[in-house]
Amino acid sequence: MPPSFVGPASLETPDHGSRLVKQLDRVIIRFAGDSGDGMQLTGDRFTQESSVFGNDLVTLPNFPAEIRAPQGTLPGVSSFQVHFADHDILTAGDRPDVLVAMNPAALKANVGDLPKGAAIIVDTHDFTKRNLDKAGYAVNPLDLLGDANDPLGDFQVHTVDLTGMTVEAVKEYGLSRKDAARAKNMFALGLLSWMYGRPTEPTTTFLENKFKKSPDILGANLTAFKAGWNFGETTETFVVRYEIKPAKLPEGTYRNITGNLALSYGLIAAGVRSGLPVFLGSYPITPASDILHELSKHKSFGVTTLQAEDEIAGIGAAIGASFAGSLGVTTTSGPGVALKSEAVGLAVMTELPLLVIDVQRGGPSTGLPTKTEQADLLQAMYGRNGEAPVPIVAPQSPGDCFSAAVEAARIAITYRTPVMLLSDGYLANGSEPWLIPSVDDLPEIDPAFATAPNHASAKALAAAENGGDGEPDEFWPYLRDPETLARPWAIPGTAGLEHRIGGLEKGEGHGNISYDPANHDLMVRTRQAKIEAIAKSLPPLEVDDASGQAKVLVIGWGSTYGPIGAACRRVRRAGYHVAQTHLRHLNPFPADLGEILKGYDKVLVPEMNLGQLSKMLRAEFLVDAIGYNHVRGLPLKAAELAEAIGQLVGEAEGINVDLGEHGLNPPADHEEMPIQ
Amino acid sequence: MTTIDLGTPSLRSGTESVPAADGPQTGKEFTSDQEVRWCPGCGDYAVLKAVQSFLPGLGLRRENIVFVSGIGCSSRFPYYLDTYGMHSIHGRAPSIATGIATAREDLSVWVVTGDGDALSIGGNHLIHALRRNVNMTILLFNNRIYGLTKGQYSPTSEVGKVTKSTPMGSLDHPFNPVSLALGAEGSFVARTIDSDRKHLTAVLEAAAAHRGTSFVEIYQNCPIFNDNAFDAIKDSETKEHAIIPLVHGEPITFGTRDETTGLGDKALARSAGGGVEVVDTAAMPVEDLLVHDAHNEDPSTAFAISRLTDSGYLNRSPIGIFRQVQRPTYDDLARAQVNDAKTKATQAEGNDTDRLTQLLNAGDTWNVG
Repeated sequence: MPPSFVGPASLETPDHGSRLVKQLDRVIIRFAGDSGDGMQLTGDRFTQESSVFGNDLVTLPNFPAEIRAPQGTLPGVSSFQVHFADHDILTAGDRPDVLVAMNPAALKANVGDLPKGAAIIVDTHDFTKRNLDKAGYAVNPLDLLGDANDPLGDFQVHTVDLTGMTVEAVKEYGLSRKDAARAKNMFALGLLSWMYGRPTEPTTTFLENKFKKSPDILGANLTAFKAGWNFGETTETFVVRYEIKPAKLPEGTYRNITGNLALSYGLIAAGVRSGLPVFLGSYPITPASDILHELSKHKSFGVTTLQAEDEIAGIGAAIGASFAGSLGVTTTSGPGVALKSEAVGLAVMTELPLLVIDVQRGGPSTGLPTKTEQADLLQAMYGRNGEAPVPIVAPQSPGDCFSAAVEAARIAITYRTPVMLLSDGYLANGSEPWLIPSVDDLPEIDPAFATAPNHASAKALAAAENGGDGEPDEFWPYLRDPETLARPWAIPGTAGLEHRIGGLEKGEGHGNISYDPANHDLMVRTRQAKIEAIAKSLPPLEVDDASGQAKVLVIGWGSTYGPIGAACRRVRRAGYHVAQTHLRHLNPFPADLGEILKGYDKVLVPEMNLGQLSKMLRAEFLVDAIGYNHVRGLPLKAAELAEAIGQLVGEAEGINVDLGEHGLNPPADHEEMPIQ
Repeated sequence: MTTIDLGTPSLRSGTESVPAADGPQTGKEFTSDQEVRWCPGCGDYAVLKAVQSFLPGLGLRRENIVFVSGIGCSSRFPYYLDTYGMHSIHGRAPSIATGIATAREDLSVWVVTGDGDALSIGGNHLIHALRRNVNMTILLFNNRIYGLTKGQYSPTSEVGKVTKSTPMGSLDHPFNPVSLALGAEGSFVARTIDSDRKHLTAVLEAAAAHRGTSFVEIYQNCPIFNDNAFDAIKDSETKEHAIIPLVHGEPITFGTRDETTGLGDKALARSAGGGVEVVDTAAMPVEDLLVHDAHNEDPSTAFAISRLTDSGYLNRSPIGIFRQVQRPTYDDLARAQVNDAKTKATQAEGNDTDRLTQLLNAGDTWNVG
């Protein structure tokens, strides 16, 4: 019997055969293969099976920017990592317990991430001289298994001819060898589904829908899937099955959802709750395009999608639609935001509601199109000419993209302003179980269109002296609501409210062009004050400081929520105190943030950039924010971050901190459960 | 890849879906209270006056008219009209107008732009608006110079032009705006002159009536930085030799008029190379003279005619409606898709809130507790 997987195996019971069933509290599996091997689909199906089963889970797809990078090479490797557990988890996991490697390149590219004792399931079929050369293996590592110099000696390696068995299993469908071999990902999925006791119905139904029109392909995929399962069940290659019980999540109905899908649904929900038609002007760009694809399917909600000729036209059309009374939205990634900057400034000046969705990726320039990063914060904050404040909202997990979109729309519509929503590649493509909200519980958003004149002209006032009513008889587009400082939104078609707006400076109130120095000073300050006033509508910031004794606060924003939370759990498990808070609103900051920061001796700011939030906190609050910064195109690793937090806790409290097995030290290189 | 036949929406006039005014309106009602701030003698004044006096005749509700502009002298235009308006950013007016026109069927949308705004910084938006055939009218004021930035050459300036930025003469080959619009398959392409009120108004009327993107190039004199650029076509002595008038269904002739036939002494005829050339009218049988067909689906002849425009100093230019054909507009089709989907879904599955609940709960879900 191979050694057990790392992690606490609390129970070992035989199943109905002679197999042992081991209970685990969580497992991290990474499927890796060539770009064309269908690893994203395999991972996605395993995820759906696990979510239906009721595990909590977090996923991390990782793929090259090339649609089909040269076959068999290291740059062509595509992978999908899924972490599933019987309790609530926060990250896709630092290091996989199980690696499924479909070719030598997939093995080579991923083996370095594995902890000692991890299991590797290798498809031996592609371990040919040619493919080994491409992956840079001088010697076939599978030939050295069990040798003294076995490079895979730290792992349990299972060699299986997945492709060969797949081709054999699907013979009856008469497919070409190439087409038959393509079903090997379903064979692997079937095997892993057996090993972890996943329900098979979701995948069967999925395949039946996907290949409805090609009975042979459907048959081959279903057969391969079943053959993979049966291979596990009937051969002695794998002697242990594993069981990960459903997680005890809060009550409700769940579905698995990616960030881009949740964000799309959030935009539709914002339209429904505001009664405004949603108008998306967008230009395709990785990793944001899926939002355009998704919204284009939902015209039945009155959603219009325009695939524009460029990034600028996308936002231009959205601004036009907002002027005409729609909820204008534009979706893009960092390079697109750069192109849209001038138009965002126009929306700031004309004070029109607008959502600018930036699904961040590695930069600068074209950078790393398919990898994640958080380095657009300062671009969102300051990337425009003039004093052009824009509210910034950031979701913290894939499912949270839904409510972040609704919140961004609330701010945009209430305050008549463009709002930046900063998602990122990890949130966009990663997924998690999502507690489906009730539509009636979502905030109602009142567009409150102007319908009548709001200002009494000198003529009307003069007439009032002679018995006239002195009622407003003209429309001033920049006469503000005293509470929100928002200007009225009068849409074309409203008689008597005809007005002109534009990029030139406006006179306060009447909105006519004004070059008056004092007026410009007033308007610049008023636009700033309007954005600052949004803080009054925000709830108090939640700080997770269970013991109340922490001297170190860890503060983050966006998708680092998971790794930061997991790192704090580790530090607490090791017996130390640390507080955590996470910002949804980056401009304006919550009103109580300054006080909260003052309450701690040390403030650590983990970010996937070189310290952009740190800079903002330092500038705003004169706090000695300490950065923890990685820009590797991947989520932060919780164990490494925990060590950094531990070190800071040591400095703050004047003690020696040793996280032991809760830090980077083996054996437990795993996400920790929360302390109940 | 799959393609879907979208069907043909019923082609209607450009303003058919815009609500009509309750009664007669005056030019004064369309005039805002803002002081007009162009240079004395600027051609923009003439166009503004023409538009202010022509708009009431459309019989549309003033609140359903939107003027959008970019940046440049002409782009101040919306401030002077008491309609809805947006003075946007450089070159982007067609994209903003596309959003407005697509979002709202009940609006009459106008873009005011210039040669720099539309053809240089905003060239991409212009050609794509024409390609999509969004229902809007684009007025391109062409003065062949950058005025607001004080006198640099523009994309329509002649080669060799000495300006502030080209002291040794401009090197850039100019665009012919009409050729460009025809190349982008504009469904309505016309050229007129700021100082010819009657022709300008007639072209504007036809442009407004056209459903789709109407592109109107207006030759406009800049008295400060490019004065007299259009003298040849404005001067009463020379204009009948300089203007090639395009009238649908009539032979295209110009020059000295023959009192009996009404034909000019020069005419257009097809050239051996497949283009169009200027010939002596007397040297050709009348039936071989080119008869203008603005409704020709094939834009090749219209393009060939547009090539007769001088690219250097303007001594000769065809004026009138080059092309006027009907094809489905992007905004009509986009609204049809949305309305169709909405109607079907509402009938089958209820209101937006119910359907949103269904959408959120679709796919593989599971219950906890």
